[in-house]
Amino acid sequence: MINIEVNNRQVKSNPGEMILTVLKREGIKVPTLCHLSDLFPTGACRLCVVEVEGVPGLVPSCAFPVRDGMKIKTHSPRAIRARKTIIELLLANHPDDCLYCVRNGNCDLQTLSEELGVRERRYSGKKNEYKVDTSSPSIVRDPAKCILCGKCVRMCEEVQGVSAIDFINRGSKTIIGTVFNEGLNISSCINCGQCIAVCPTGALREKSNIKEVMDALNDPTKFVVIQHAPSVSVTLGEEFGLKMGQDVMGIMTAAMRRLGFKRVFDTSFSADLTIMEEASELVYRIQNGGKLPMMTSCSPGWIKFVEEFYPEFIENLSTCKSPQQMMGAIIKSFYAEKQGIDPKTIYSVAVMPCTAKKFEAERPELSQGGIPDIDAVLTTRELARMIKMRGLDIRNMEPEGADSPFGERSSAGKLFGVSGGVMEAAVRTAYFLITGKEMEDVKVQELRGLEGIKEVHLNIGDLKLGIIATSGLGNARKVIEQIKAGRKDIHFIEVMTCPGGCIAGGGQPYGINMDAVKSRMKALYEIDRDSKNRTSHNNRFIKKLYEEYLEKPLSEKSHHLLHTHYKKRDVLK
Amino acid sequence: MSTVVETILSNHPQAKRDSLIPILQEVQEMEGFISREAIASIGKHLNLPTSKIYGVATFYNQFRFQNVGKYHVMVCRGTACHVKGSAKVLEAVKRELKIEPGTTSRDGLFSLEIVACMGACGLAPVISINGEFHAGVEPDKIKGILNAYRRKESENVK
Ligand code: SF4
Ligand code: SF4
Ligand code: SF4
Ligand code: FES
Repeated sequence: MINIEVNNRQVKSNPGEMILTVLKREGIKVPTLCHLSDLFPTGACRLCVVEVEGVPGLVPSCAFPVRDGMKIKTHSPRAIRARKTIIELLLANHPDDCLYCVRNGNCDLQTLSEELGVRERRYSGKKNEYKVDTSSPSIVRDPAKCILCGKCVRMCEEVQGVSAIDFINRGSKTIIGTVFNEGLNISSCINCGQCIAVCPTGALREKSNIKEVMDALNDPTKFVVIQHAPSVSVTLGEEFGLKMGQDVMGIMTAAMRRLGFKRVFDTSFSADLTIMEEASELVYRIQNGGKLPMMTSCSPGWIKFVEEFYPEFIENLSTCKSPQQMMGAIIKSFYAEKQGIDPKTIYSVAVMPCTAKKFEAERPELSQGGIPDIDAVLTTRELARMIKMRGLDIRNMEPEGADSPFGERSSAGKLFGVSGGVMEAAVRTAYFLITGKEMEDVKVQELRGLEGIKEVHLNIGDLKLGIIATSGLGNARKVIEQIKAGRKDIHFIEVMTCPGGCIAGGGQPYGINMDAVKSRMKALYEIDRDSKNRTSHNNRFIKKLYEEYLEKPLSEKSHHLLHTHYKKRDVLK
Repeated sequence: MSTVVETILSNHPQAKRDSLIPILQEVQEMEGFISREAIASIGKHLNLPTSKIYGVATFYNQFRFQNVGKYHVMVCRGTACHVKGSAKVLEAVKRELKIEPGTTSRDGLFSLEIVACMGACGLAPVISINGEFHAGVEPDKIKGILNAYRRKESENVK
């Protein structure tokens, strides 16, 4: 411990820490635009500058380590003036578009301009002209609003290990772009949306599907239904100022009905179905010498990643469709048949914490006879926008019960929202399939938490099952490289594209707020803890679905509806 | 993979990212430009993402990503030419050819490059087309100069 002085107050800090880390801990807010916690600082934006006694210039607090006895002034007139000038200079080459911007009211640049009291245009420069890149089904890039903070580039490269984008050109011509500055759709981008999550401005956003969904809702010939992913109900409340991690399942269902959706399905139910198929597939592979380790297939960013970077592992991927797509498939087959609805008139919407799900829904193989399993995907943010647009005050709305057209989910399905959750759910069922008995304690502590790579060996009968749950594709890369290098003790690997899993997905509220992510995680664990049924195979509605329609896991019907295949993709990577 | 690039890469065994620029220079020297295939091969060889290679290459003016045209126009933007108004000359060339520096017209006839100094300061402002120098060019003469090459081309075709 060393002592430093901040704004005339004595403060303790650890040697080697950056000034910014100490300030944060002490509750002193210094603005940042390029800082990403846990990654190496770049010092690109200079917004975090502070005065340090004895050092001539202002120093960037994010990249300047503390020293014993250091005296810091965080909000001296000089520091504040410098910050304001930086913002003014950024605005000189920025469109005055706030009223039309997706980040209006939720933009770091806008907030800082307000906080620093920018009231007039002191610098007016020549503005560059740019084309908006709308080529991707998931991500829209608007370089005019980019302030070149570089966060998206670092996220894509250092955290996700994709490197689809980088700085190109030089000086005032610098932009963020793909190789040959081509559309994102033909790049190696895997649509995860983590770049959106860190972007401080409206330069990156999801491809919105609100209009299509609204049009469908206003079309009397359409039977519009909606499903919601496990992590959405524990996140949506934040968009309305509710407590982080509050489960708003009941009010969300009510709001969806008010928006005009005819049926509200819970994707956690089809997650149970995924577990039945996936655990059976795992057991089959183990007992019949199939390709191992098996790898989960519910995260579409990860799937595209394998197709591009590790095509030799395509056979390791489970053939199971993701819960979104399984739900989509049974809505337009079993449910439509049972209700006597022509599947062509069903418009099936999915609310997801994810931008890659938009890409997944467009995959041609995920359709039956030319009818897509899913018609439109909305992110959590888009659902919130729709609710606000309709003037629904969810804070004062009565919760309503789910109409669960298929019956209820188990809490195993709900765990899909957090890294390790798919694995935990799968283990519960695989254990039963192999031994015929239930696990004594269904909670697998080693698979819980936000760590990037979690590993455990479980004894199931005579089998020592080696499993890994990893999130963030940079981590997935490490795991896959271990397998490539010959590691043999692992049977099953869960991969979630976004660090921490869907609770931190690229379609969740802007910014990566770790407190919020942890609260969402805790909420999912609590739902599981308090649930009566915590295993997919004991879900009686799932059993009924098999009895009435699918026969049994891996049956021909299941294969036809619930499974798929992937193939190598050639992109410049 | 083009064999030229393969050969160049084989001359850089176990190269790391600091060899990127020399490799790019050699590839451009031999092939005239940096192709998609070249970027893909270099990326594999150096274990670098292609976006990074493109990013580095576009940082420098010297690299081009399209083959040069049949007539390669170089506009000097050195100090002497600048003083004599080469900025306007460049604008005129861009307008006339409808291309940006570093690119090639769609018909493959013309390509454009900015150079720092051609060592012909006495002729400022100067442009060179396939090595032929045009001295003391004025913006409104550009059209005529380029048309001469266009005429030559259409006569060749006949
Ligand atoms: S990015 Fe922010 S500052 Fe720029 S137009 Fe949008 S809201 Fe306004
Ligand atoms: S969506 Fe993901 S892969 Fe695509 S550019 Fe953004 S961070 Fe990279
Ligand atoms: S797109 Fe956003 S995150 Fe990326 S550099 Fe620009 S402002 Fe920063
Ligand atoms: S946050 Fe420190 S320089 Fe940008």
